[in-house]
Amino acid sequence: MIYDIEYETMPREALEAIQLRRLQTTIQRAYANVPFYKEKFDQAGIKPTDIRSLADLRHLPYTTKQDLRDNYPYGMFAVPMDNVVRIHASSGTTGKPTVVGYTARDVDTWANLMARSLSAGGAWRGDIIHNAYGYGLFTGGLGVHYGAERLGTSVIPVSGGNTKRQIVIMKDFKPTILTATPSYTLHLAEVASEMGVSFDDLGFKYGIFGAEPWSEQMRDEIERTLKLTAVDIYGLSEVMGPGVAIECHEAKAGLHIFEDHFIPEIIDPGSGDPKAYGDPGELVFTTVTKEAFPVIRYRTRDITSLNPEPCVCGRTHVRMKRVSGRSDDMLIIRGVNVFPSQIESVLMEIDGVAPHYQLVVDREEQLDTLTVMVEVNEGLFSDEVKQLQALERRISKNIKEYFGVSAKVKLVEPKAIARSQGKAIRVVDNREI
Amino acid sequence: MHVEQISVFLENKAGRLSEVTSILAENGINIRALSLADTSDFGVLRLIVDNNDKAREVLKNNGFAVGKTEVVAVEVADRPGGLHTTLGIFQQAGINVEYMYAFVQQSGENAVMIFRLDDIGKGVQVLKENGIEVIDGERIYTI
Ligand SMILES: [Zn+2]
Repeated sequence: MIYDIEYETMPREALEAIQLRRLQTTIQRAYANVPFYKEKFDQAGIKPTDIRSLADLRHLPYTTKQDLRDNYPYGMFAVPMDNVVRIHASSGTTGKPTVVGYTARDVDTWANLMARSLSAGGAWRGDIIHNAYGYGLFTGGLGVHYGAERLGTSVIPVSGGNTKRQIVIMKDFKPTILTATPSYTLHLAEVASEMGVSFDDLGFKYGIFGAEPWSEQMRDEIERTLKLTAVDIYGLSEVMGPGVAIECHEAKAGLHIFEDHFIPEIIDPGSGDPKAYGDPGELVFTTVTKEAFPVIRYRTRDITSLNPEPCVCGRTHVRMKRVSGRSDDMLIIRGVNVFPSQIESVLMEIDGVAPHYQLVVDREEQLDTLTVMVEVNEGLFSDEVKQLQALERRISKNIKEYFGVSAKVKLVEPKAIARSQGKAIRVVDNREI
Repeated sequence: MHVEQISVFLENKAGRLSEVTSILAENGINIRALSLADTSDFGVLRLIVDNNDKAREVLKNNGFAVGKTEVVAVEVADRPGGLHTTLGIFQQAGINVEYMYAFVQQSGENAVMIFRLDDIGKGVQVLKENGIEVIDGERIYTI
């Protein structure tokens, strides 16, 4: 079902007209109220009135995670604190956390977008939502919660943790929709099986999973084990929280970005140049309705591509591919962008689990070469040399076919790849440029 | 009638083979037969030992990838044409020999060969039909 028919199925031309009007307002407000943006625009010699078309957005400077950190905690807020009704923060695993704020209208917009997201994922009035996203500074729990209430479903605010109790609640309360991170979902499945609870006896129909990278293989496993249809949800607190983009359960082929609120761009993470539809690159967002915390050309560091094709569900909003990696990890080999996660997905296909691997890049006579070292585990091992050689060729062929990069595959012994604090070192770049 | 063989993945660099043999020796495990197949990058070491479970365990604990395969041990007359006869039997039955190697010790007058076949059940059957002695797991470790 489509929650907000008017906006979600709006013809592109009308949608773009709304985007432009909202963008101009946002730029003016950011320039007037956030010293950071005023300084950046002035440096670039751009006035808000220079933005006359959506294409003019390209002239504005980027905003990075570091910019947000530099303005910790409230420096990026565009409204006085007495208009801020909610504060969230992202975890600061590297450095300071990022603090974001919401006006009452922002919270209202967010609830609307989460109601859209939940219904795109299969939920509707009458459904019971088991919300296992964490409630707190993290946007996941409250984001889903407000959307569920807005949509008119019954929401169980179970939050994360206490897994055994969660299984009991699932048995007794009979929720029909599960919202959780994919990794916690697999943990739930494990604990249920230890407790002798079968998902055949539970009432789940749909699951809406996100807040961390996951794969098609994980989707298959979750759907098989939990007996539900699983969709991917995307969001980040800097832009809003969950509900920036959602996969529709009809197509399960890319996440619709709510373009009446967020303008997406794909750029080359190295040069910053714009990329065409279909080309992979770094996802950049400009919010066009956020009041308390607008971001202009915010670099997410997530790698994806955009698909403007019409969708079977009827939504007209562009779809982004499942996030395939982080721009921080990107390698450029003979002009082709390569991400460790792409190689990992090829390795995953062989045996269902990705072995430890390492990408080694060298430059021989001005040419970049990529060697993929793969640790042989019991699942990959064969007592026949020709089988092992066939395995090397198969991996190499798939990498070439999927990503257009020639790679030499080299099988190595278990633990042969250097570890740093228990994690394999994924990339060794020996090029001297 | 099958014999269990263990196999170990080795990178093609100095000292790896002796690393395996020394781990086995330290743990009191006897190697009864051994063959190494290698390429420029890696090799596969195949072993028949007197204690498979222990050998697998100690090698795994030392970080090696270890596999287990069923093979056939056959007595082959130690005279010209002895091996040829056995291979002819497999060929006629349409059974592929993936690889083979010789046992260290003889069994009486006969040599002992280890065969890795694509269809081990059928292989044992045709050998028996042709009156060729197949050595079982228990006996092989005591030759
Ligand atoms: Zn759709």
